[in-house]
Amino acid sequence: MPPSTSSDLTLSVNGEKYTLTVDHRTTLLDALRERLDLTGTKKGCDQGQCGACTVLVDGRRGVACLQLAVAAEGREITTIEGVADGERLHPVQQAFLDLDGLQCGYCTPGQICSAIAVIEEHAAGWPSAVTGDVRPEAGPPALTPEEIRERMSGNLCRCGAYVSIMQAVARAAGSGQGSEGAAA
Amino acid sequence: MREFGYRRALDVPGAVALLDGDPDARFLGGGTNLVDLMKTGVERPTRLVDIRELPLDRVEPAEDGGLRIGATVTNSDLAAHPEVRRRYPALAQAVLAGASGQLRNMATVGGNLLQRTRCGYFGDVSSPCNKRDPGSGCPAVEGEHRNHAILGASAHCVATHPSDMGVALTAFDARVTYETATGPGEIPLADFYLPVEETPHRETALPPGALITGVTLPPGATATAANSCYRKVRERASYAFAIGSVAAALDVRDGTVRDVRLAFGAVASRPWRAHAAERALTGAPADAEHFAAAADAELAAARPLPHNGYKVTLMRNLVVACLSELAEEAAR
Repeated sequence: MPPSTSSDLTLSVNGEKYTLTVDHRTTLLDALRERLDLTGTKKGCDQGQCGACTVLVDGRRGVACLQLAVAAEGREITTIEGVADGERLHPVQQAFLDLDGLQCGYCTPGQICSAIAVIEEHAAGWPSAVTGDVRPEAGPPALTPEEIRERMSGNLCRCGAYVSIMQAVARAAGSGQGSEGAAA
Repeated sequence: MREFGYRRALDVPGAVALLDGDPDARFLGGGTNLVDLMKTGVERPTRLVDIRELPLDRVEPAEDGGLRIGATVTNSDLAAHPEVRRRYPALAQAVLAGASGQLRNMATVGGNLLQRTRCGYFGDVSSPCNKRDPGSGCPAVEGEHRNHAILGASAHCVATHPSDMGVALTAFDARVTYETATGPGEIPLADFYLPVEETPHRETALPPGALITGVTLPPGATATAANSCYRKVRERASYAFAIGSVAAALDVRDGTVRDVRLAFGAVASRPWRAHAAERALTGAPADAEHFAAAADAELAAARPLPHNGYKVTLMRNLVVACLSELAEEAAR
């Protein structure tokens, strides 16, 4: 007997549960946008190359275009709609606003979700491809502009707002550590 | 995209059983390559068995003193692991040099080894391709092949394996463990990828229906592995596949090479272990002249195509740069 090609499932997004039936071919990105009306997550390339659809899955950033909705059941999804604390913007959102970390804004939700995770990954001591010495004894690298550029390289901006995006991430990282604006 | 069934496996025997003898079933790990290929029609599975909840997500000491890496460990967790960074730094560097932060959070070790070539003809279902459609031909041989193989290719296929991780694993003599319906097995990574010859569609020595359960790094050359590095050249500063890469590990005593490991990426259908270079260098003075001679010994076998001859020079320079850096580190 051929296997069933659709499933009933429950997705947990921004703390809310959504029950729906999906064709297995549905990506998490399409489920968010077309089924749950959460259109903050953007479709850019739809091939995992641009980062516009970046969301947090169990707190880690990933691209929603290469995840199947059915495989996301049981995971906690956070989209751009869920990063603020009520009316109070997330520090990364605030930094993007304050420093004009955008032009047209299409890549911005992905940039912000990615940057939130970049700051957490760095705080956890993760090295990057530009970290001079990856050995744990070398200690965590400083979050320099070079480190931010490398860690944010999965998010493309066709307007080319990279200079202010980098500054916004540095600002948010600095404020998160209690030294406002110093990291830039 | 073709319609497909989906099941989530909770244990290893269950995952193997869920394939149900269907040759068109696929295991789903991070999906970063498989889902992409399903969208373009290159992969057309009838069912997916999701293995992300299998208990294969740990990096642990192996009984022999080596390191055992579970198949569903993500690239991010592998690269961040203190023991990997301390004992096999080239492996952490190789993983960090690949893809983006988002993709490294999703992608898994088993999937990395089984990812498919990024040859444009392979990815375009309207093109002939002997790897995707056996016997249909290889347009790359006389077409777009600037980033194709210079070592070990055949007239039937000149595609490269795109992995960075695999290059470092190859240098460190990793072994791939797997499970089948009839029990477990193990293959040295050196024998994991089949020679291209006339069958480029047959890529690995995994038995049909086998599930990769992990990769084991031997303790063998611990001193060598700890002094290791990975260098990757690509056409932009980040988030691109290699046009050439080198994983190198070096043990130098009194200016003489005691032990050396070298593997090349983006030059062959598999991560390319540079045995000829290693033989030429073992016991030789650890200087740039001998590093270059060792690279030449390996690259004598290179058969570049009209548009990728640059890779021979590139690889030679990469070998010298990597080994010089490691010799300097060893002298400290």
